[in-house]
This record gives sequence, C-alpha cells and structure tokens, in this order.
Amino acid sequence: MEMVNVKVNGIAVSVPKGSTILEAARQAGVEIPTLCYLKDINEIGACRICVVEATGARGLVTACVYPVAEGMEIQTNTARVQKARKTTLELILSTHEKKCLSCERSTNCELQKMCKDYGVEDSGKYDGDRPVYELDKSTAHLVRDNNKCILCRRCVAVCRQQYVSVIGANDRGIDTHIACAFDKPLGDVPCVSCGQCVAVCPTGALVDTDSTTPVWEALADPTKHVVVSTAPSIRATLGEAFGMPIGTNVEGKMVAALRRLGFAKVFDTDFAADLTIVEEANEFVQRVQNKGVLPMITSCSPGWVKFAEYYYPDQLDHLSSCKSPQQMCGAVIKTYYAQKMGIDPKDIVNVSVMPCTAKKFECGRDDQNAAGVADIDHVITTRELARMIDRAGIKFDLLPDEEFDAPLGDDTGAAVIFGATGGVMEAALRTANDWLTEKDNKDVEFHEVRGTDGLKEATYNIAGMEVKVAVASGIANANYIMDQIKSGTAPWHFVEIMCCPGGCVNGGGQPIQPASVRNFTDLKALRAKALYDQDEAMTLRKSHESPVIKKLYEEFFDDGIGGHKAHHCLHTTYVARKKFK
Amino acid sequence: MQKKISKLPFKGTPEQAAALQKVIDANKHDPSRLMGVMQEAQGIYGYLPVEVQDMIAEGMNVPLEKVYGVATFYAQFALSPKGEYDISVCLGTACYVKGAGDVFDKLKELLGIDADECTADGKYSLSACRCIGACGLAPVLTVNSDVYGNLTADDVPGILEKYGK
Repeated sequence: MEMVNVKVNGIAVSVPKGSTILEAARQAGVEIPTLCYLKDINEIGACRICVVEATGARGLVTACVYPVAEGMEIQTNTARVQKARKTTLELILSTHEKKCLSCERSTNCELQKMCKDYGVEDSGKYDGDRPVYELDKSTAHLVRDNNKCILCRRCVAVCRQQYVSVIGANDRGIDTHIACAFDKPLGDVPCVSCGQCVAVCPTGALVDTDSTTPVWEALADPTKHVVVSTAPSIRATLGEAFGMPIGTNVEGKMVAALRRLGFAKVFDTDFAADLTIVEEANEFVQRVQNKGVLPMITSCSPGWVKFAEYYYPDQLDHLSSCKSPQQMCGAVIKTYYAQKMGIDPKDIVNVSVMPCTAKKFECGRDDQNAAGVADIDHVITTRELARMIDRAGIKFDLLPDEEFDAPLGDDTGAAVIFGATGGVMEAALRTANDWLTEKDNKDVEFHEVRGTDGLKEATYNIAGMEVKVAVASGIANANYIMDQIKSGTAPWHFVEIMCCPGGCVNGGGQPIQPASVRNFTDLKALRAKALYDQDEAMTLRKSHESPVIKKLYEEFFDDGIGGHKAHHCLHTTYVARKKFK
Repeated sequence: MQKKISKLPFKGTPEQAAALQKVIDANKHDPSRLMGVMQEAQGIYGYLPVEVQDMIAEGMNVPLEKVYGVATFYAQFALSPKGEYDISVCLGTACYVKGAGDVFDKLKELLGIDADECTADGKYSLSACRCIGACGLAPVLTVNSDVYGNLTADDVPGILEKYGK
C-alpha cells in the first residue's frame, strides 16, 4: 500500500494514500471535532466544524473529506481554526432551539459537547429570522423536532443508505428543513420505522416516541401485573449507556436492574426466539416437502416486514408466517403464562425492551392479540431502559448478576445469536439440520453466515439436500434479494433479512454512540462478538433442545409444532401497504 | 419562504401524461437528468403537483422526496398551477419603494388568493417577481406578456376588468 507522510500538530505519521486529514489526525492521537461527517454514510464536508490548516491549501479545509498529500503539515487547533469553529457553532446555535435542560440528548448531544469545548454560548450575535416547526409525531416510533435540527443531513444519508429515502432537505436558505415529500407527515410516507435516523442524529431533533411514561404508570398501578422481557441484543449493548466498553455482556446486571425497577417478572425474549426457530424451521421443512413458496424469508424484523409490505406487496407469500419473537413472547405470556398463574390477561401489562424502534410499530399491528388483548403493550428501546434505570437511581455498575425468571427465562445459544445478522439463519440451520438428518449433530456452527457483511450466501448439504441460503442486513441488501426473487432468478431456499445493517446489535433503538466513536469503531462486530461468545459458552445451543420450549409444547401447544393452537397464537399475516397517503 | 403546495384538484389529461412519459422514457437511463425532466414536465403541465412528481419519481426511479427537494430548492419550479392570466408584480427595489407592495396587496384582496396561488376557477394566478428591467415605469406588473407601469393600487380593478374580472 502506498503510504503518505504527514505531520499533524508536529507529530509525524505515515498513512495510506487517499486517507483524509481526519484519519491521519486520529493516527496521531489528535481528535478533530465533526458534526455532519459519518464514515461511509455522510461524507459531504458541509458543516465546516472540522476545518483545519493544511500546507498547500488556500483556506481552511474540511478534515473529514480532504485527502492528505506527501509532506503536508496540518494544524488542527490554531487560533484561526478555533475562531472559525466558534463562528460556525454560533451560527448553528442562532437557529437552534436551546431547550437543553430536559432534552433527551442532554449530556449525549454532539452539539452541546462542542459548544462546551469551545465556550460557545448563545450570544445573540446572529439573532434574526428563525423558522418555527411543529413536531412530527405521526409515527409510532419517533418524534422529529426540526427546531433542534442542525441540517447535518446524517439522517437523510442513512435513510438513503437504507434504500428508503423518505426524508430529505426541502426548500432553501433559512427555510431549509428536513422533511418528507410534499411535507407530508412521516406517518404518511413509506418509512419502515428502522430508527437508524434517530441513532445517527447528533442532537435532539430525532428521538424515540416516549414509552417510558406509560411503563412508569403501569409499574405504579397495583392492579396490574407488569412483566418485562428483553431482546437478545440488549445484553450486548445496555452497558454502553453506563460507560462500559462496547461489547460488554451485561445480562445479569440488566435482569437485576429490571427487577429493581419493579417488574413482577423479568423474562427473556430469547425463549421466544427459540420458539420462533422451531415454528419457522417447521414451516421451512413443510414448504420444502409440500413444494410451497420458496425462498422462505424470515419475519423477525418489523422494519424489513414493513419494507416488504410497501415495496414488494406482491411477494409477501415468501415471508414466514411466524410472528416475531417479541410478539410470540407477548402472546405466550398472555396465554400460557396467564393461564398457568391464574391471571386475567387483561391485567397483564407486557413491556418489551427492544433494540428496535420498528417494534413500537409492530406491537400495534393488527392480528397481534392472541389472548384477545394486545400481545405486547409497550415497547421501550435500549436507550429508554437506560433512562429509566438512571431515573430510578439504580447504580448499574454496582448491581449483582441475577437470573431471568421461570418459566420463560431459559434460552439456548441459538436464541442469543438472534441479535446479530446471520444469527437467525444459523439458529434455524442448527434445528433444521437435526430434524432433517434425524440426529443430534455436534457441529453447530455455521460460520459462512456470520460476520458483519451486508450480504452473505452459502450452500449446505443437509440430509442429501442442497440448501442454498442468503443472509441480508440493511434494506439496500434486502432490496437486492427481493429484486431477484421478483424476477424469478433467486437461487435460494431460505433467506434471513434484517432491516438494520449488522442486525439488531446495530438496531435503531440501541444506545447512541457519537460520531467520534462510530467513525473509528466497528460497533456491529464488537456488539455481535458478545453474543457469539455467550453462545459458545452455552451447553444448549439448539432451539429445539430448550427445556422451556419442550414444556410449552407439552403443556400448552399440545397439538405440536405448527399445530392449530400454535398457529392461532404464534403466526400472523401481512398486508400490502400503499406507499403514500 | 417555504413553497406553497396547491390544493386545487389535478386536471392532467392523458395527452399530457403521454407527453411526460415520452420525456421520462428518453431520460430514465440517467438519474442526473432529473432536473431537465422536471423542467419539461413543468412545460407540459405548467406546474409540478404531486401527481406529476410521482410520475417522475417512479419513471426515473428516484425517491419522491428527492424530486420534491429539487422542486422546492429552485425558484423556477412551481407547485401551484398558473392561471389563464398569470399576474406577476415586480417587488424589486425600485418598484417596491414606489409602492408595489400596495399594488400586490390589492391584487391579493381582489382575487382572494395569496402569492403563488391560483384562483379556484383556474383564471388568475399571482406571484411576485424580482426586477424585470422596467424601473423607469415603477411600479410594474405583467399579465402574461402585457406590461403595466406607473401604477397605484387604485389602477388594479381597471386592469383586472380587462381580463374578465
């Protein structure tokens, strides 16, 4: 690789040709502040916060996109640079609604941190026209407050990368604002609710729709039996919200925290992931044996399901009819568990902790009420759980490790890896392999479908049958798969699709990491590793071996996997959606 | 100022749709021709309502929001139809200081529409423009290609009368 020698603040470094000043500075241990830049997502050099002095350049240059040249000397912190950054911040602040006190992003706001670093207050120097925007609360999953938007376009870029592109910059000059076509509310356009825009927003312009308030209310209501369950990936990310290293598995502390918040039972959505696998693997075997519609596609990711409903409404019979683990979990709690405990399902409040904003939409879908009441009542994101823990004064790092509650607390390694792209596929393969070969296979790892690549393909020989699989994460890759299915050229039998790049560990509801971390860290890989490590350390690694699952079919779904009872409770249907209202 | 979106019903004809489709077919291989297609579409329809932008978005395989973003960025794209008589008042410096604002307000009052709107019968549309180079006649307005100068608000009813009001 051709290297280029440069000096950053006098420190000599050698970096690959084509590197940006930002990357070279990082190597020299120098952090250059950025606002609009997000590696591989938004590389537009627009906000001009990252300006630096560089020899050979006429004026100040934007470090995020300016390539280094041999012998270049870069100064990142001169009086001139600081003055320019301060002015830029003052201009941004002049139209920013500075309601920071209880802003959800306070202390985790990239603009706030920068203003603190540069001593910038709202001086009033640039007071003038300031458009006022109404909040967009039209979706189940997020609130857009353009009064706090700094027009960095990170949300626009990530939405485009997701192949959804329902938001963009409208109008011009002082009136420029991020919104949908014809300024329709977000709820009236084909947004898939993935929440990636929320996860990349540097300020409080995009936040989750608050579900903590109804959860606090339920917890305070003595007539309610409030039950919580946590998705596979929460244990791999929640620690980040409390300053722990990315990829720390905090399962035990998470359970302890939830118990201290006052939930009557702390269940593991993982049991429902195991349940999904046995139902889904069964459906797959049925489709193969009965010449049903193939490839079959997983239906765990509500963002992906919504995308299919909007963009491929004529291909919905490829989706597995299985409800997602969240909804299966809710359905089992309000039927099996309610019956077992002698509680009226109407008195149960099911709270689900999810890495996902689309789950807030999913729980309100039709046909998700096995007991006649909503399977899941409230969905809180990992971020919202962290906020609840903070408000309750629970010292997360000092908590002991505790175990999930019976009877829905035990899981298998197969369920744990659901949180990473390829995990559902691997879990399904473990079970399908055992069933089709009719033996207990010891080799349970399917490495070809692991890793953070957006698109993975593999062919396995299972019981003499060649099974071609594909794993896609990120909607752009889903689109690639669907185009092939639609044109009839898809070679696969079974496809896993996750809406968010990297799967749930990188879900739109996960703790927000600032650009300064995202730009130099592989969040997806570090978080996924926590899950694969846990899987490897487990004795039970196949969903169908789960004692919870065995008991469920013995005691409740007694007409078996894929039987009538299971179908009523655990399966669903999809609807073709109109793109624009 | 944010662009206003017309609420008047879309009255596109199959001939117009066919003409636009022809333009799209000639350009759809290259998304960078979006703006040219939008210009031609405006030539066909007179403005770019959601129905037209949707056809462009689908045909060019670009997101509708992108089309709308372009349409609201450039002043020349209209989201409101032009009337049979398109009235444009110069609000350039010279006209403005000579009272073009009052002329403009009188037009709004008599037509019952705001700037960048069209009357429900499709007869009159109103907009403000920048200097048209007739400062000696300030304040100036145009109705289609007819020019009227040295105006006061009191001249407005007489001008509208000529166009059937």
